[in-house]
Amino acid sequence: MSNLTLIQAVNDALHTTMQADPSVHVLGEDVGKKGGVFLATENLTNEFGEERCFNTPLSEDGIVGTAIGMAMNGLKPVAEIQFQDFIFPAFDQIVSEAAKLRYRSGGQYTAPLVIRTPYGGGIRGGLYHSQSGEAYFCHTPGLKVVIPSTPHDAKGLLISAIEDPDPVLFLEPKALYRAVKGEVPEGHYTVDLSTVREVRAGKDVTVFCYGAMVPVAEKAAEAAAAQGIDTRVIDLRTLLPLDEEAVLDAARSTGRVVVVHEAPRFCGFGAEISALIAEHAIEYMEAPVARVTGFDTPFPNTLEHHYLPDQRRVLDAIERVAHY
Amino acid sequence: MTVDSPSTSIRYRLLEEDGSLAGELPAYEDPWLRDLFVHLLRVRCVDQRMLKLQRAGRIGFVGSMLGQEASMIGTGAALREQDWMWSGLREGGAALMRGLPLDEYVAQMFCNSNDTAKGRQMCNHLQHKGSHYPSWSSVIGTQIPHGVGAAFAAKRRGSDEVHGIYFGDGATSSNGFHSGMNFAGVWKVPAVFVCVHNGWAISVPSSAQTAQSDYSKKALAYGMPGYRVDGNDVLACYEAMKVLVERARAGEGPSFLVVETYRLMGHSSSDDPTKYRDADEVAGWEGRDPIQRFRTFLEERGVLAVGEADSIEAELLAQIDAVVHAQEAAPPMALRSLVEDVYAEVPRHLRRQYNAFLRVAERYGEAQRGDGAFPL
Repeated sequence: MSNLTLIQAVNDALHTTMQADPSVHVLGEDVGKKGGVFLATENLTNEFGEERCFNTPLSEDGIVGTAIGMAMNGLKPVAEIQFQDFIFPAFDQIVSEAAKLRYRSGGQYTAPLVIRTPYGGGIRGGLYHSQSGEAYFCHTPGLKVVIPSTPHDAKGLLISAIEDPDPVLFLEPKALYRAVKGEVPEGHYTVDLSTVREVRAGKDVTVFCYGAMVPVAEKAAEAAAAQGIDTRVIDLRTLLPLDEEAVLDAARSTGRVVVVHEAPRFCGFGAEISALIAEHAIEYMEAPVARVTGFDTPFPNTLEHHYLPDQRRVLDAIERVAHY
Repeated sequence: MTVDSPSTSIRYRLLEEDGSLAGELPAYEDPWLRDLFVHLLRVRCVDQRMLKLQRAGRIGFVGSMLGQEASMIGTGAALREQDWMWSGLREGGAALMRGLPLDEYVAQMFCNSNDTAKGRQMCNHLQHKGSHYPSWSSVIGTQIPHGVGAAFAAKRRGSDEVHGIYFGDGATSSNGFHSGMNFAGVWKVPAVFVCVHNGWAISVPSSAQTAQSDYSKKALAYGMPGYRVDGNDVLACYEAMKVLVERARAGEGPSFLVVETYRLMGHSSSDDPTKYRDADEVAGWEGRDPIQRFRTFLEERGVLAVGEADSIEAELLAQIDAVVHAQEAAPPMALRSLVEDVYAEVPRHLRRQYNAFLRVAERYGEAQRGDGAFPL
């Protein structure tokens, strides 16, 4: 066990898989000697050589497009997109190609690649270094979408993603890169994709969240506990495919639900959670589902702390559904 | 053509349009030349049969290869067995030559249950894993970086594969062309980019696609040599491609080959080209038939007896008709195919969606044996 930050856990996962499997290759902008702008790939080039961890020309479309070809021909590419905000030139390659290849070829061809990218606000990055685009990708059958919130999960989920036979978009909450620290096992271990993590048990209200909203929801749950509202917190951690049964079980267990995400509300992931509950667990519900989200606006800069759901807004929603 | 002096303004040719020699020919074995002719003729026969089926409403869509047969057969013949061919809409004839069985080709055109892609793609989206002819999407240019990445993988694995990456003149405007060519140049991968310049991207002429009239010059921006070849001269296509493929195999990096030909039909069976191009232009190219050119050459050389080509054609058409007949009798598609192959395993939410659908399908008698519900 070592006590690692989330970004160190990501680096550890890459290191662990590169050591175990010579087909794992890391590519992206500045991932070489510099080790990436957040240092997720620090020392990988030094240790594994420039042929295993290397810089690419500055083209996200090229990074993902070539990574798909590598994956189709026996390598295990782990591509980094420097900020999730810059992923859109590669949207076509992800949505039209990686996600559809297995299906359209009747299983003859597959693209088992991982695309890692930091997402989310909280670093004063403005419109183009802060967005949460998970919903665009969750609307894409064939893709898996994973978001860790702890160092332990970051390493275990990333190893699972690299070993997965399908393309995985691995969204890393950059606000948590150095803000959380935790025990991480040495060497190889996996955390299953498509399972949720119970962060906190509770019987009155369930809060569904993921990524950088997990510690926010946890703090809000603690504050609610002080008022006698026993709040369960569920970290979804794999958005696609979603563990729908776990979500429904948790919703049924409290009959009161809050969903929290940074991304804009309209057609956001919270809408899917709400619809799922409405379709399959409406008879258990004691209150309407409450969503605490970013605004339906571009991401602001100076006022980002008001745009992002915080402990007070989440607590307010917990109180509202608890007292409905 | 020598690779030491890329003459990007010279169009390489071995046979004149009338089938006479344009220059000195390499030593060819006659049976090999004859085989090449049969491959060319098969492309035309398959194409004509598919168009006929489309007009009869028996298949939905054809991207005709008419007039472009030499471009794909000549360059495709220069790829070895281990090499890959990344394609677009109009390279299916080369896939047949390289190993795609005719019945799989026709099954894909019918999108039936024998189709290796399980009827998931629209017609004319061929693939063949055995001869390294990957599945392609309808999106223009996306296969270009795939080929580059796969060539990179080949290099890393120490394989001697070369990747032939095919696309049309319209695709040179795409993101994938730029990123693919650029990455290939930087990584020096074993790839040959083959731009099948057929004059038209649906209704947009190649002159409106780029201000550079010589497409081969685009290669220079990516640090690789670019060449032009007469795409209706099957031997020139073969020789040019062979030089570049073996150059790539020797570790000398990627190159760019512009194969100049002409799309005689519309973009597809759904397109009416008379709305946007002159009949004179088409008639001019009809007079430059690549198959007739090669046939004249072979007849003069004595490889083909006069009239032999016609009997080969009749034999090919009979083979194709037999395959078409068999494929029309394919069993119905399994309904489970709706949710399979999205992921390696069918996830629970898709099993649930399928089961809900099946309940309705069963109610209306649409479900067959084997279409049963998934366990949840």
